[in-house]
Amino acid sequence: MKTTIAGTEIDVNEEGYLTDASQWNEAIAAAIAAEENVGPLTDAHWKIIQHLREKHAADEQVTIRSLNKSGVAPTKEFYALFPKGPLKKAARIAGVPKPAGCI
Amino acid sequence: MKNLIILGAGTAGTMMAHHLRKRLSAAEWTITIVDRSENHYYQPGFLFLPFDMIEERAIVKPVRDLLPGDVDFIFAPIERIDAEANRVHLGGRDPIDYDLLVVATGSHIAPDEIEGMNGEGWRREVFDFYTFEGARALRDRLATWAGGKLVVHITEMPIKCPVAPLEFAFLADSFFKKRGIRDRVEITFVTPLSGAFTKPKASRALGHLLADKHIALEADFAVQKVDPERKCLVSWDDREVDYDLLVTTPTNMGSDAMEASGLGDDLNFIPTHKNTLQSIAHENIFVIGDATNLPASKAGSVAHFESETLTENILRFLEGKPLLETFDGHSNCFIESGDGKALLIDFNYEYEPHPGRFPFSWGPMALLKESRLNHWGKLAFRWIYWHILLKARPLPGIPLQKRPPKEDAA
Repeated sequence: MKTTIAGTEIDVNEEGYLTDASQWNEAIAAAIAAEENVGPLTDAHWKIIQHLREKHAADEQVTIRSLNKSGVAPTKEFYALFPKGPLKKAARIAGVPKPAGCI
Repeated sequence: MKNLIILGAGTAGTMMAHHLRKRLSAAEWTITIVDRSENHYYQPGFLFLPFDMIEERAIVKPVRDLLPGDVDFIFAPIERIDAEANRVHLGGRDPIDYDLLVVATGSHIAPDEIEGMNGEGWRREVFDFYTFEGARALRDRLATWAGGKLVVHITEMPIKCPVAPLEFAFLADSFFKKRGIRDRVEITFVTPLSGAFTKPKASRALGHLLADKHIALEADFAVQKVDPERKCLVSWDDREVDYDLLVTTPTNMGSDAMEASGLGDDLNFIPTHKNTLQSIAHENIFVIGDATNLPASKAGSVAHFESETLTENILRFLEGKPLLETFDGHSNCFIESGDGKALLIDFNYEYEPHPGRFPFSWGPMALLKESRLNHWGKLAFRWIYWHILLKARPLPGIPLQKRPPKEDAA
């Protein structure tokens, strides 16, 4: 479905996740972050958002543990930056799909 | 003579041995398969063993008996691949050289990755059912368990057979009802994902199942540690879930040999082209099954669909032809929902599981819907696995690529 965020028309699924990562920009990220009660976005947030976008582009999965292990986001800090469900919130803000199972 | 080596004699490796032995000239190619185990387990049986729904002897056979006679089997641990030298180092034997390598080393549980999981409670109050030993130990514990708090837990994704923990919770509900102690058991399903179901169509069709079966849900739970003394799971955001019996799915990881070889990602899964199954790093290394890093399910049906594309691509590679990009992430799985019923799901990279009929437009199986026929299908699948799937014989009516769902078929 179509929606308009930060003055840009984008395609999202029924949970508000972008379905086309190429439609994303930083203004959209900031607007979704505000909806999710995250932010204001700092360099620490952007570093994680960019990492999620790079991994998505490479078709690689990201987990809370892999963010911790790679040093991109120690888990306590990740929870502090994106409280309550950090990975699903950070994914929505980064314009990439929600971490999901197969059903 | 040229050498083709297959690492791993599980579901994917055994299927590839059959496919390739049929297609590669025996005068030109030797095929060697390596595994650290002499036993091949029917892993879907690990879901049934804890509930004593299947016999041990029905789910294990010697690896050698399942391979073509003219494929060499080496029983040894794999230590390291030297991809520059086209050589595999094995434990306790001379290294072996290859012209073409197929990696099918699978995934395994790594309970050491979470503090306290593999501690004093392991296989006493804390169990897995992803290994033969774990499933058997859990069967013996459940047989006499008087009741209490049963917690069914997923540590993190990706995991092998991603729906299995939920199936375990459904089967546990049935099991305790049959034993007449359901009122003495609290079942809680704990997941790092946003719910037991994360795909919209499956959520709509199946979301009622947890409430129907009185299974509590603890979602978005990123486990930090297991506390075996206080018998609780602790999350990174300081939530706690108490257990009397914890059935956990530990972190799944690829073979340690991939880490030693510098070929794996941070979970030792191998970066692989998602449609051709060629490894990203080396053109004469191909990867299949759970060992890949693909965003497909880690499941036997996926390995089956992959094996068809991979066989063609190995032949094409050897002839210098461009590779086919035909693997579409197709997966097809029966899901036990308890009380003698099961669901069937069919999906790929593009289409999430959806309602409909399978394999034909008229059925006979129903997709994303509970039925007794699907349960019988899951039970019959064991015979199909040993006699058709592993032997790379054709499965009539089951297409390599997923048929689009009806609403998208136009």
